[in-house]
Amino acid sequence: MPTLLDFRRHIRSVKNTQQITRAMKFVAAARLRRAQEAALAARPYAKELMRVLRSTISRIAEPHHPLLARRPEEKVLALVLTGERGLAGAFNTNLLRRANEFFRANKGRELSIIPLGKKGRDALRKAGFNLIAEYINVLSRVEFATVREISNLVSDLYSQGQVDSVYVIFSEFKTVMSANLTVEKLLPVDPARVREGSEEPSSAHVDYIYEQTEEQLLDRLLPRYVESQVQRAMLESSAAEHAARMTAMESATTNAGDVIETLTLHMNKVRQAAITKEIIEIVSGASTTV
Amino acid sequence: MLPESMELIIVTPTRQLVRTGAREVTLPGANGYLGILPGHAPLMTELGIGELTFRGTGQTELSVIRGFAEVLPDRVTVLAETAELAAEIDLERAEAAKARAQKRLAAGDPNIDWDRAGVALQRALIRIQVARKYRSVPANSH
Repeated sequence: MPTLLDFRRHIRSVKNTQQITRAMKFVAAARLRRAQEAALAARPYAKELMRVLRSTISRIAEPHHPLLARRPEEKVLALVLTGERGLAGAFNTNLLRRANEFFRANKGRELSIIPLGKKGRDALRKAGFNLIAEYINVLSRVEFATVREISNLVSDLYSQGQVDSVYVIFSEFKTVMSANLTVEKLLPVDPARVREGSEEPSSAHVDYIYEQTEEQLLDRLLPRYVESQVQRAMLESSAAEHAARMTAMESATTNAGDVIETLTLHMNKVRQAAITKEIIEIVSGASTTV
Repeated sequence: MLPESMELIIVTPTRQLVRTGAREVTLPGANGYLGILPGHAPLMTELGIGELTFRGTGQTELSVIRGFAEVLPDRVTVLAETAELAAEIDLERAEAAKARAQKRLAAGDPNIDWDRAGVALQRALIRIQVARKYRSVPANSH
């Protein structure tokens, strides 16, 4: 039977844990807000870029560019975006499970992986995959310089024919409670996908004066497009990670509260039992002496 | 009749800098500076490294480093890789970058990346130019 002191100790320790989880929840909430703001700030550029690229690409009958070149997919490269840290519920597990599904579906092809985020790097390295590069500590705060570095690397690998396609596997931020596990084809760029979803058809048919040729412009636009896709994936994944951690820490805090309540109840019962026992002893002792 | 003013949007991958009405915009095109007035014929150009100025309620200068611009009769959209308002430019940092680039170019090391060092110098120079202009002529007093 645990004594009163044991209960007090146990409650104190749970309270300490609860304080930590609560603090982590607030930190995650602040980071989530920052990640969402960054995602929001990046949106106008992505939107305008898409519009310019769409109108340029639709003007070229047969667009040719190394980043558009379609080859049989023999060598596949996957960018896997996980979290930088744990304590985010099933965030990393889910993403890695989705990545594994993708790897199984591409069995027989030569697979190489670039992990973004420490958790994925550790897990994939342990599983013995071919990691051709790795980026860690880049997702808690997404810097554009990193986005550019990664985009340049995969674009070069693709243009040089070292890989035949590039996919991005990441968690897309939906709501604080849920994320979409997404697999997107980054390269080759699909002109059809760029052309569709044109919300402003009017500007696509304007006859522009071109300072440079359409091909030159395309050559400059496509790398920017790849960058904006990578940036989006990184920002989404970052927001999703912070959201998952916030939710996990929230429920941890609530659970700790429940544990404290149960323990306090037991403690009070034990205390009451001790008091009752003492009273009985005094009463029975008194009755014998009278 | 030509419109009196046009909408100017300046965005970079990380933020939207400007969204305002303008009566005149000067862009640093890759093949030279372009003056844009409302009602300009539709035009698409790549941007170089240079100074972008526009007149709305006052005159505003920015340093722009590469990107694209789309001109429509009633709207100018600038997609810059990097852009900074004159007031935001850190003059000391730009001066330091200029000194670094010049040193690298002057050292005569055959292994340096000439393009990169040259571009770095150009960037620093344009930042300094824009920042100086802003400091000698305070904004909104044209």
